[in-house]
This record gives sequence, C-alpha cells and structure tokens, in this order.
Amino acid sequence: MLIGAVVAGVVFGLYFALVGLGLNLVFGVMRIVNLAHGDVLMLGGYAAWWLLSAFGLHPLVAAVLVLGVFIAVGYPLYYLVVPQLQRARDSEMLSLILFFGLSQMIEAVTTIAVGTTERSLPGRMLGIGPFILLGARLPKPWVFSGVVSAVAVAGVYLYLYRTRLGMLTRAVMVSRDEALATGIDVHRVSALAFGIALGLAGVAGVFAPFMLGSITPAMGPDINLTAFAVIVVGTLGNPLGTVAGGVIYGVALMLMQTYYSSWANLLPNLLLIAVLLVRPEGLFGRKTRRA
Amino acid sequence: MRKHPADLILPALVLAAFAVAPFLYSNELMLFNFIAFLALAQGLNIVYGFTGYLPFGYVGFYGAGAYGFALAVMHLHAPPLAAMAAGAGAALLLAVILLPLLRLSGAYFAIASLAAAQAVYEVVSNPALQHITKGPYGVSLSAVFAPRFSYYVALAILGVAFALVVWLRNSRFGLALQAIREDPVSAGMAGVSVVRGRTVAWLLSALVAGLVGAVFAWHISVFYPDTAFDLGVSIFSVVFVLFGGATTLTGPLLGVLILYGVYNAIGITVPQYFQFIYGALIVGLVLFLPNGLVSLLTARGLRVP
Repeated sequence: MLIGAVVAGVVFGLYFALVGLGLNLVFGVMRIVNLAHGDVLMLGGYAAWWLLSAFGLHPLVAAVLVLGVFIAVGYPLYYLVVPQLQRARDSEMLSLILFFGLSQMIEAVTTIAVGTTERSLPGRMLGIGPFILLGARLPKPWVFSGVVSAVAVAGVYLYLYRTRLGMLTRAVMVSRDEALATGIDVHRVSALAFGIALGLAGVAGVFAPFMLGSITPAMGPDINLTAFAVIVVGTLGNPLGTVAGGVIYGVALMLMQTYYSSWANLLPNLLLIAVLLVRPEGLFGRKTRRA
Repeated sequence: MRKHPADLILPALVLAAFAVAPFLYSNELMLFNFIAFLALAQGLNIVYGFTGYLPFGYVGFYGAGAYGFALAVMHLHAPPLAAMAAGAGAALLLAVILLPLLRLSGAYFAIASLAAAQAVYEVVSNPALQHITKGPYGVSLSAVFAPRFSYYVALAILGVAFALVVWLRNSRFGLALQAIREDPVSAGMAGVSVVRGRTVAWLLSALVAGLVGAVFAWHISVFYPDTAFDLGVSIFSVVFVLFGGATTLTGPLLGVLILYGVYNAIGITVPQYFQFIYGALIVGLVLFLPNGLVSLLTARGLRVP
C-alpha cells in the first residue's frame, strides 16, 4: 500500500508540476500573479471535451491544438493588459485583482456557453486496464497523463536552457531592468512566456478530466490553490523547482488519501502556509527574496 | 477631528439612514446584508488601506465569528450578546494564530491568508468533527432568532467600524500606519514601532470581521460552513474597497452601495451576466483607475472624507 501510494504520488506529482508550471513561469518572468490560471486550465479541459464530442479527436491531438491556440491567444493578451498593469505603483498586488476579474469573466462565459454540468472524458481513450509500475497497479490514463506532463516539462527545460529566446527569458527573470538596459526586447520575451504559460495550463486542462475526475466551469479557484501549493513548495519564480514541488505535493497527497482520507483536503493549505513561514524562498531557492 | 467635520457627518448620515430604513422598506435581509458588507469593507479598509496587507482570506475571521457565536449558543446555551463576544473572541484568536503571516508581504501574504481561511473551513466542515461543529450539515440557532434586535446590533457594529476608520484617519497612530505602509524601513528609523502598528491594525480588522460574522449567524440563524466561509465574502469586500478607494471612508462606502446595489438588481436573477460585468468592471478598474473611484477627486487635490 505504501509503495502504491508513493508511485501514484510521483505520477500525480508530474501532472501537478504541469499544473503549476505556467503559473510559475508568469510569476518568474513578469512578477505578476495570474489568478486566472485555473480558469485557463478549465478552458483547456472544455476544449478537449468539445473536440472529442464534436470531431472525435484524441486528447493527444487536442493537447497539441490547445497548446498552439492558447499560445496564439496569450501573446496578444499580454500586450493588452500586462504593460499597462506594470505601470501601476503596486503591480504585483493589482495583478491579483486584475486576473481575478479576468477569471470571473472566463467562468461566466463558460457557464453561459456550456452550463454548470460536470463533464468528463472516457478514460479508455488513454488505454484500458491497469499499468504495473514497480508492483503498483495504476490506471493507464494516469500513466499516460504523467508521461505527457513529463514531456511538456522537458520541453520547457529545453526552451529555457537550449534556445536563445530561452536564455533571454532567463535574463528577464534575473533582472528585468538590467535585461532592458542590455537591449533585450523585454516585452516580446515576456509575451512569449505568457503565451507558453497559458498553453501549458491548457494542456494540463486537457488531461484534467482523467486526473481529477471531471471538469466544471467553477473549478478554477481550487486549481489555483493546488498550483500555488506546488510552486511555493518548489520555488516561486523558478520553473524547474516546480517539478520537485509537484512530486512532493503528489506523494504527500496520496499518502494523506491513503492513511487520513478525511483530512486530505487540508493538505495543500497547510503545506502552503508551512513552507511560506519556514522557508519562504521555497525548498530549492536561494535566499534572494525578501518575503 | 475639528478640522474635518465631514469625517463624522458622513458615517452619521449612513447610520441614520439604515436606522429608519426597516420602517420604509420591507426586505430587511437585504438591508442587513448591506450593513454587513459596509462593515466588512471598512474592516478590510483598516488592514489594507492603512497597512497595505491584502488578506484574501478575510472571510476566515467572518466564519470564525459566525462559528464562535454558534458554538457558544449550541454548547454553552449562552445569551446572544455573550455569544457575540465569543464570536469576536474566536476571530481574535484566529488573528493571533495567524500573526506570523504578517512576516510575508505582497502576493505571498494574500495567498497564505487565503490558504489559512480554507484550512479553517476544512476543519470546521470536516465530518469527523460533526459532534462539535455539525460538520458540513450546518447549524440551526432558532432559539435565539431575533431579526429586529440583531439588525440594530449589526448597525452598532457598523458604527464601531466607522469609528475605527475615522480614528485612524485622524490620529497619530493612523498616520504612523500609513508611514509603515509606504516604507517600513524609514518608518522604523523614524521611531515608529512597525510590528506593533501592523499587529494592532490586523487585530482590529479581524475583530470587525468576527463581530460581523457573529451577528450574521445570529440574524440568519440557519447556515452552513459553505455560507460562513464563502470565498465570495472576501472577494466582495476586497473589490468593494478597491473599487471605491482604500484609506478613505467614502471609497468602501461607495463601492458597497454601487456594486452591491448592482448585485442585488441583476446578480440574483442572471448571475452569469452579473459575474461577467463584475469581472469586466474589475479589469477596467485596475487598468484605468487603480486607486479607486475617489482618486478622481483626490488626484485633483481634494480631501475626500
């Protein structure tokens, strides 16, 4: 039972890393908090549901489409709101409220369009029967989603550390002002990071029906809290710490559900508060941030 | 105070209007909700307007107040006013437990306080504690139900909230808090006790929310953890304060009267359209009027009460 919980936790952790990755990328590059992250993820889930029921498209195809479309939408959306926001005196705080407003709009439009019924995708799309991993029996859709998440995370790593644009992105993360002074087109780099972040949230959304059971228009805030717990445990502003955060969170969640199931919902909240108070720079961060 | 009589006249007018309103308008619950949000907005104003901390989990104190009241009535058979004190005590206790959160700042603080409120909700609504809190099934306090009396108690609490904000706006202490908000290091150098100032503002703000939560429990008398810890309470309060403009009396007041008025006009019949308009309003506000409605006047050098 213990091994089963740990193995399932790692698989879920990879997925949770994908859930948090976009939020962390936006915070790392732009120093703003995208409270609409969970709603973008929800939109990805509905896109997958619609593509399957209307055109019979496999979730994997849907994921690729969602990634492309969301990047294309995120890029201009950045120019629409973020530069104006960053002119304000306290942009980090105002971003919470701005994106909360955006999340309300997304939720309202989705509710008007599809209603409040829960939607789910048939798990057999991603394989039937259990998958045996280290002696633990896991449903195949979990393993499939975990692998896709790992591929997406690896993609972000390659982008950040193996491409020129990725290097510029990391420069903006370290110091926006110095990047600007060096002649980096900060807005273009940030807009791309913003688009990629939305794309990642969308892909996470495509697999949400398989990992979380179902999707509803109102799921955004819960997803946000999970994503926050994951990236704070990892390291806020460091996209790759997110993987460690996701795995820690996933394993802890599975252990809680196995041994103290009625208290499992407390976990993200307590983990978040505990890490913020004891080690606000995150488990893998350097002591640079004054919290 | 002598220099700014408007700081006293405005709250007095609002209190008088709500004192006679039940005799002119029959929907007392709606009037009560207006009073509750007016008080919550001013309570949030104490901590956000004067210290810059934005607690997204403000509803935690409200829920703690409601459940403090309910537990005192259910288990101790306390009379309502004593149970009100228990509600306030529960909110203050939670605020003391959460004092370490003040070490965080900005978005970290906002999110940590949200997580704290959620954690309290998870504990209160947990079926494992059903014999104490009645878990997710809600509490019924029909024995102490007294709508007219509790309405005027709520009005008195609103008076307290107004008085606190008026005091902060016109006192050395309030000025010290604003100095801390602008630059804690310089304020500390100038001899302002930073930690003490923040702590007092935090506790006062929690006290207001706890009292409002307790009187809500009393007035409504049947409620569930989902209503007492409804995140919407936090969100509404935050948006009302920001919409009007923090650190003033008028700002949160305008925010509640306008936005909560709109909510009552269309939010209940067509909630999705209201939610959309609401979201769009917030986005527009942050982008074009980040300091709230009152900044239209204050930017021209006028003093707004």
